[in-house]
Amino acid sequence: MTDYSIQERSLQPTSARVEHPLIETARMFAGNRAALSGLAMLFIIVVVSLAGPWFYPTDPFEMVWSPFSPPGAKGFLLGTDYLGRDLLAQIIHGGRATLAVGCAAALLSVFIGITFGALSGFYRGWIEETLMRITEFFQVLPTLLFSMVLVALFGASLGMITFAIGIVSWTGVARITRAEFLKIRELEYVTAARSSGASNTNLIFRVILPNSLPPIIVQAALLIGFAILFEAGLSFLGLSDANVMSWGAIMGNNRPYILLHGFTIMYPGLAIFLTVLSISLIGDGLNDALNPKLRNR
Amino acid sequence: MQFLAITLKRCGLGLGLLLAVLVLNFLLMHLAPGDVADTIAQDAGGLDAEVMAQIRKDYGLDLPLWEQMLKYFYNVAQLDLGYSFYYNQPVTTLILEKLPATLLLIISAQVVSILVGVVLGVIAARKPNGIASHFVTILSLVGYAAPVFWTGIMLIILFASMIPLFPIGNMVDVSVERTGFAYMIDVLHHLVLPMLTLASIFIALYSRLARASMLDVLGSDYVRTAQAKGLSEFQVVFKHALRNALLPVVTTAGLVFSGIVSGAVLVETVFSWPGLGTLAVQAIVARDTPTILGILFFSSLVVVVANLLTDMVYRIIDPRIKTAETSEI
Amino acid sequence: MTALLSVKNLTVEFTTRDGIAPVIDDLSFDLAPGETLSLVGESGCGKSMTALAIMGLIPSPPGRVASGSISLAGENLLQASETRMRAVRGNEISMVFQEPMTSLNPVFTVGEQIGETLRRHQGLTRRQAKALSIEMLDAVQIPLPARRINDYPHQLSGGMRQRVMIAIALACRPKVLIADEPTTALDVTVQAQIFDLMRAVGKETEAAIILITHDMGSVAEMAERVVVMYAGRKIEEGYVDDILTRPRHPYTRGLIACVPHLLETVSAERPYLQEIPGMVPPLSDFGFMGCLFAPRCDRVETLCWQEKPKVTQITPSQSAACWNLQDAKVRVDA
Repeated sequence: MTDYSIQERSLQPTSARVEHPLIETARMFAGNRAALSGLAMLFIIVVVSLAGPWFYPTDPFEMVWSPFSPPGAKGFLLGTDYLGRDLLAQIIHGGRATLAVGCAAALLSVFIGITFGALSGFYRGWIEETLMRITEFFQVLPTLLFSMVLVALFGASLGMITFAIGIVSWTGVARITRAEFLKIRELEYVTAARSSGASNTNLIFRVILPNSLPPIIVQAALLIGFAILFEAGLSFLGLSDANVMSWGAIMGNNRPYILLHGFTIMYPGLAIFLTVLSISLIGDGLNDALNPKLRNR
Repeated sequence: MQFLAITLKRCGLGLGLLLAVLVLNFLLMHLAPGDVADTIAQDAGGLDAEVMAQIRKDYGLDLPLWEQMLKYFYNVAQLDLGYSFYYNQPVTTLILEKLPATLLLIISAQVVSILVGVVLGVIAARKPNGIASHFVTILSLVGYAAPVFWTGIMLIILFASMIPLFPIGNMVDVSVERTGFAYMIDVLHHLVLPMLTLASIFIALYSRLARASMLDVLGSDYVRTAQAKGLSEFQVVFKHALRNALLPVVTTAGLVFSGIVSGAVLVETVFSWPGLGTLAVQAIVARDTPTILGILFFSSLVVVVANLLTDMVYRIIDPRIKTAETSEI
Repeated sequence: MTALLSVKNLTVEFTTRDGIAPVIDDLSFDLAPGETLSLVGESGCGKSMTALAIMGLIPSPPGRVASGSISLAGENLLQASETRMRAVRGNEISMVFQEPMTSLNPVFTVGEQIGETLRRHQGLTRRQAKALSIEMLDAVQIPLPARRINDYPHQLSGGMRQRVMIAIALACRPKVLIADEPTTALDVTVQAQIFDLMRAVGKETEAAIILITHDMGSVAEMAERVVVMYAGRKIEEGYVDDILTRPRHPYTRGLIACVPHLLETVSAERPYLQEIPGMVPPLSDFGFMGCLFAPRCDRVETLCWQEKPKVTQITPSQSAACWNLQDAKVRVDA
């Protein structure tokens, strides 16, 4: 340490090192090895699911060989299912539906959740009371059973399945959004915006919502994983669109044969596991990067 | 007195929620394509229109909707959830027969996962960079990401098929007649795998939560005060810190009850556990609407009661008059 | 005068991202029985860490006592076993913290939190501890102590809670009471009451008090002697009267000048409050081999940047570490 370095350093204003929050978040995220590997894994899974069918055009519904051929037999890398259909083709083709349902259902529940949370956190009073009662209602409703009922009564189409998942998964987002709104609406900059004549719509969408986004984004990321697990559960119970291959459906189809031919369930389950795992890693990474309080942990 | 008043208020809210579930049930029953007459007609291989009209009249389906709803409420209040034509039994009888098995599964899974989760979380929090801490991190990721039915199947393949330590399914060994203690042991033996499977998700959840909340509490001023009083490490951690660290765990335990019931449906299916979940899946395959909706109502009842209990536990642990719900803000 | 508590050449190091920093750098001071000594300085200069070091509660990692000794009645606490330290804490040395709002455990009654110390150190039964807890609440002037004992912290005001903290700290009649900014979080009116209480109860239990504060006003009100700290180092020490009237270190002088009513006359010639420019250096600069106050000092010389200031014994009771001591005749308000 040179003699005068202390003088220069100590008198330097600390604000000189502040960077844009998005850049800081990106830097935090990029420094998180677990989150990056999650991102890489998810990228591969998405690419394989989207582009795979072109590279591996075997029809997942076509019976290509004898049922339950073990992995590797006759060039079928992962073997065949109970009808003799290529398991690898099923997994590659099934990714699309699984990911699509997962994302769409998550989007739906984030939309419902933000609407409920924002309105009840902003307006308080009877609006909050009513909306929170509805939220509570969906909290006590056994989610999977309710979705099963919906799908069973109204038909197992992809759209219905997506709706059945989205309609039961939004309470977490609503609670988080409401808590953020309750916290932020009391802050000075909101009061300042209010006193300078901002309309309620303006306050909700341009002032409070952007500032409450970080925990909502994290929750949204985790919801995709949740929805994928949920879809798999429904399919496993036989509540899947019979015309569409998905990872859950593969497991549901082969469910009666688990003891003798476990691989038919192990591989699609592994695909789901890795997908949800990578999403969780990304969610955790986002959480650390977006939450300044945890940065020094 | 305040305790009693709040408990009563919560009970009222719980009843309201159950009433809402009933309204939902009723609406679903009427929105769903096909009614009782159709079901009977299907069973009988087709009936003529006159007989169908008579059946509808017998079941009150010709009454105005609101009258039908009131009648439905009245019936449910008398524990009459309708009749299952598939099982040829009243739905309530069916459900009460299966309910104990499900309760055994979800309560044991909840208790075990809270215990194991909290212990793991506390151990991990004591050494934030230690092995236990990393273990909890990995466990919580894996436990969350693995589909619960898949975990169950893998456990069956491992511990029932490859290393036959546990039975592959069912609740009792029907080949041997057992009574009393031997029966209980047999049930517990059958319970281990499904319970662990169901608990795996929630152990992951609670250990992570307990770790974070314990870390928080261990850094708090009152823990430093406890240390400055010269209390033993044990007292500091288990008396002063743990009780506070448990609060978020209790809150979450209440919130995840409906998730546990959902998980139980899948786990019961995997292990052929003779509970409400298995019944629900069979009823869905058989399109037995009264049974499905009856199960939906009963499991909501279980969740509401569990939430009430959780809320009371919370208020016992935390003297600040708050309910589990508002404490999150 | 034999010292009750003697801190000698204490160095406490913290491991930070930028390396190892001495948060306490070669600190020495003595505390006589029954005396009130004040540690004063701005936030982040090592006062609280000194208190935690005496209590044996330095958070480790990242902290570590690197060298020195802390002796209580001749016993070196730094070499005492953890079991022995637990018998000392709360019993022979006890501590009142800055934040009464968060320093009490929210889930236990006030009575439980006082009584548990008594049960632990004095071997009292639950019933005896309760009776004594009521006495302690009475001693810290909490009305209706027999009823208040069943209250939870959230039912008490900040001032009440700090009284409870004092009751806990003094319950076992410790030899030393360390009060770490006990009034900073309280209203001004309550501050005075707490100080009165500490003086009275301290006198009654004959506890020596170490008062940690950043406010020279508190020092003037409470303490007999004062140790001024800056960036982990002791920079001046002496009797309060001497220090207030004849501060020799520029930093001490600055601290005094910050408090208007300490000066004998508030005259028209001093129209604005003075402040010390800049702030306490970051941890990474601690341990720098010059004077750490140099960047903020109006009397800085070349030597100040190069060598750690030598301690000058000004009178038998007053010493200061500065290369360019303030002239004793210069009044603070000049």
